[in-house]
Amino acid sequence: MSEKAIVFDRVSKSYPRYHQIMGIKNFLFHLPTAIRSLKNARYEVLNGISFEVYRGESFGIIGRNGVGKSTTLGLIAGVLRPDSGRVIVNGRISPLLELGGGFHPELTGRENIILNGVLLGMTRAEVLKRMDEIIEFSELGEFIDQPLRTYSSGMYARLGFSVIAHLDPEILLIDEVLAVGDIGFQKKCLDKMLGFKRMGVTIVFVSHSMGDIEKICDRVMWLEDKRVREVNESKKVITDYINR
Amino acid sequence: MRRLQNYRDLLIVLTQKELKVRYKNNILGYLWSIANPLAFAFVFFIAFKVVMKIQMEDYALFLISGLFPWQWFANSVTESPTVFLGNASIIKKVNFPRGIIPLTIVLQDMIHFILSVPVIVLFLIIYHKAPSISWAYGIPLLLLIQLLLTYGVSLIISSINLFFRDIKHLTVILVTLLFYLTPIIYPETMVPERYKQLINLNPMAPLMISWRGLFLRGGLDPPYLLSSFIYSILIFMCGYIIYRRLSWRFAEVL
Ligand SMILES: Nc1ncnc2c1ncn2[C@@H]1O[C@H](COP(=O)(O)OP(=O)(O)O)[C@@H](O)[C@H]1O
Ligand SMILES: [Mg+2]
Repeated sequence: MSEKAIVFDRVSKSYPRYHQIMGIKNFLFHLPTAIRSLKNARYEVLNGISFEVYRGESFGIIGRNGVGKSTTLGLIAGVLRPDSGRVIVNGRISPLLELGGGFHPELTGRENIILNGVLLGMTRAEVLKRMDEIIEFSELGEFIDQPLRTYSSGMYARLGFSVIAHLDPEILLIDEVLAVGDIGFQKKCLDKMLGFKRMGVTIVFVSHSMGDIEKICDRVMWLEDKRVREVNESKKVITDYINR
Repeated sequence: MRRLQNYRDLLIVLTQKELKVRYKNNILGYLWSIANPLAFAFVFFIAFKVVMKIQMEDYALFLISGLFPWQWFANSVTESPTVFLGNASIIKKVNFPRGIIPLTIVLQDMIHFILSVPVIVLFLIIYHKAPSISWAYGIPLLLLIQLLLTYGVSLIISSINLFFRDIKHLTVILVTLLFYLTPIIYPETMVPERYKQLINLNPMAPLMISWRGLFLRGGLDPPYLLSSFIYSILIFMCGYIIYRRLSWRFAEVL
């Protein structure tokens, strides 16, 4: 368990303030202020955080809304760049997209499986090879040839998770997406994640459900106030978090 | 290697998606996509040939051969501002070359244009002309030039739009302006002598003149071909550089 899949080394991350993203008209009419605000109006979300995730480990991230959990996943996925510090990732990353992300409502379930699989890094041939398995896992039956706009949100979630479940991920990023879908399917997803865990997939799991976190994660990181408040084994951190 | 295959498949699947969504009802969708330039051709024909009696032979054919390639350029460019916004959920989660997304738009419009070439042939036949052998190399060459140029413009607009969200309106105005400044509804030979030089400053002009020369006469003018090629390289490089400088911030501002 000593090989490292993810290393954060004193990572800081800030975002531009919202008013920075404005129209070109406003920009030109308020040029001096606009240029000044471009320079300094970023606000910090993470301030020099360091942690490591080992290969094959299931790692939870908890903290209140807006503390930077999704930002941390974005940094791991490489879609965000840190302002300073280093993010090192060893392994292929599979993010579990939010509800409907990477889907098109006009395409059928089957077509969306291909679209989603390719977006998540598979080749088309690989997706086609697993098509039957994916459809079976999704339990969508004949809906699979209906356009997605006829699906309920639970069915969207089924489809999304079914694709990811057949990705052969090395590092799986899951950001609060299991909360939809019926209880039966949620349980199936949890089982699949436990299955991934047994197979040695590294999982980074963000959730507000302490029950799910405890079931899945070996260790948990608690983010608070731009920093790591605590990293330890799940039970300990969850207890501290609840009794904060 | 596997990664390159994935990018290639991503391009194919995303382009297919655009085509499928647009051509939901295949034949009807196809007819719609050629109806638009035909309608424009009709309007200009009425205005200039019937009403203003412009002295030009085969004016309808002349219009068609410029309006179809222009349609490709104009559609891709006016769609550009929203392409990244429309794919925010994947850009924020998945790390892949974002430039693939505008490329699928440009490719999709290119396919529409290719599918509309038979309409041009139809008009040639109506005017007792025939396609030329030179199309065999001329069309691929001009397709490539226009692909580069359009993709370059699309990269510039789609990237900058994330930082200035009202580029959309500006784009529509500029494309319309450029349309009238480009010899599409009038021949370059009718441009007054003292403005002739200005035509060379318009990157779309040599390309449109080349398309028309190819469709109507079956020939390519080397000077126009060369300058359209140089413009397309320059604009593509410009677009690529802007995209490279901004793309790492896309997930931040979406
Ligand atoms: N693209 C963005 N632009 C500006 N601010 C953002 C952006 N994404 C997130 N934020 C801000 O950064 C902070 C952390 O967000 P996030 O990582 O989504 O938190 P969490 O997932 O823990 O709820 C929040 O205050 C949020 O408003
Ligand atoms: Mg979040």
